[in-house]
Amino acid sequence: MAVAFSARGLAKQYGNVKARGGVDVAVEEGELVGLLGPNGAGKSTLVKIGCGLVRASAGQAEVCGAPAGSREARSAMGYLAELFRFPGWYSADEVLELHQRLAGSKGGEGERTELLGLVGLEEARKRRVENMSKGMQQRLGIAQALVGTPRMLFLDEPTSALDPAGRRTVRGLLEELRRRGVSVLLNSHLLSEVELVCDRVVILHRGDVVAAGRTEELARPRGIEIDVDGGTRHYEGDREDVPRLVTELVAAGESVYGVRVLTSTLEEIYLEAVEGDTA
Amino acid sequence: MSGVAIIAGYAVRESMRRRVFPIVILLTGAFLALYAFGVYKAFQSTEPFRTEEIGAGAIVDQQVLFSATLFGLAMFATLFLGTVLAIFLTHAVVRGDAERGLLQPLVVRPVGRTALLAGRFGAAAIVCGIYVVFVYVCELLITHAITGWWPDRIARPAAELVGAVVVLVAISLVGSIFLSAIANGIAIFMVFGAGLVAGLLGQIGEALNSGSLKTIASTTSWALPFEALYQDGLNAITADTAGFTRAALSLGPFGGAQAAGASFAPFVFAYLAFFGFIAFLGFRRKDL
Repeated sequence: MAVAFSARGLAKQYGNVKARGGVDVAVEEGELVGLLGPNGAGKSTLVKIGCGLVRASAGQAEVCGAPAGSREARSAMGYLAELFRFPGWYSADEVLELHQRLAGSKGGEGERTELLGLVGLEEARKRRVENMSKGMQQRLGIAQALVGTPRMLFLDEPTSALDPAGRRTVRGLLEELRRRGVSVLLNSHLLSEVELVCDRVVILHRGDVVAAGRTEELARPRGIEIDVDGGTRHYEGDREDVPRLVTELVAAGESVYGVRVLTSTLEEIYLEAVEGDTA
Repeated sequence: MSGVAIIAGYAVRESMRRRVFPIVILLTGAFLALYAFGVYKAFQSTEPFRTEEIGAGAIVDQQVLFSATLFGLAMFATLFLGTVLAIFLTHAVVRGDAERGLLQPLVVRPVGRTALLAGRFGAAAIVCGIYVVFVYVCELLITHAITGWWPDRIARPAAELVGAVVVLVAISLVGSIFLSAIANGIAIFMVFGAGLVAGLLGQIGEALNSGSLKTIASTTSWALPFEALYQDGLNAITADTAGFTRAALSLGPFGGAQAAGASFAPFVFAYLAFFGFIAFLGFRRKDL
């Protein structure tokens, strides 16, 4: 499968402070990858290098085959910054129109209508940004990132200002993007959100990739819970041990009502990976 | 539509819709009203159409002396107001906007950083240029309506005031890449003040015939050409005035007003190109 975003040996030095240290990350076409890590791990720096906002000290980054930051790369991508703002006097429609012109999009009013619908802002089309709530501005930011039908989307904390309903809207949007084949690098602190929508996760810690893969690949067995007459019993083992355990219980005259194979959650995987550093 | 034009259009709209713009318009209106009132009252208290003999047949044309002096002062006010507007429109264009998160969504678009800078420069130059010409024309008409006097040159001083403000726009734009918004605003006002001080030193140097002061003023004029452009414009409004009227004018704000010379206009263009190059290099390498 073709690669939409790749970083090879990427490093960034801020003065004497290393923010990234030789990182290899790839996002395949149509893949949704979650970027996790504690504050200062280098997640936003990685995303900014991908977008051409920050120059790498070493290594290479490419977006859809073009060097990150080049005109070709910028034409192929969309970006939602962690901290962004649109001019307060613009309406939602005007913001999208401006970005359509900047992106060279020929989508016109139809594209704007579709994007506002995707993020649930149809009714706020003519509303000025300064009169929008933070959550509405965040959703407008996501719509802005989608202008010009990007092949690669960088989302830096897209749900940080959203309420639960807004987060659900964004989750639905991400699933729709995956259906359309858009590649997404999602930088988020919300593990549950990443677990729900991402195909793979990459965990950064102090500028290095400390874990990467599908959640189920990274998960570790945590035993088996079996509901019987006397309540719930816990056994060591994994999925392969279930038939044997059930057979033994039934042979011993127990009635089995339910079996759960336990694995570590993304939160546990994350905490193990960053060695308890949650600063 | 090219990226530069899109950014320039965006920046022009931004400048018109900033809260500071109605305030600038209001203050400009107040200034022009005050200027008209001041010229009128001063005109009433003098006998401007009289020519005064100051001995040995020397004649001073009171109308020219009076009108040109007031108009010259008004030109300074125009430069000052244009500078204020230029600083407000450009002091936060790069680092200030990046810190507020306004810049990043624009920079990642295919138009790129060079087009963004060029568009912002073009928009600020156009808005400030129109503003300066507007204020200049208003002052000109007010002065003529009250005193009946026209400057010896009309278009050239206006163009040079516009040039002076455009130079300040360029300096402020470069400053915005390296300095935070507040620091840049203060720095550009200080640069403006330094230029004015150099001009005053030049006037004092003329009066005292001090080579050192004249050298300081001349060197500063090359380093900060907005002051020299203003001085040349000031000189142009009485370019054809001669004799003792000219000598009397030299005792006022025109004392240091020197003609800039033929090589100055190309120098200003080269100066702007140099600052454009510095801005391009600085912005290209800047992490946002």
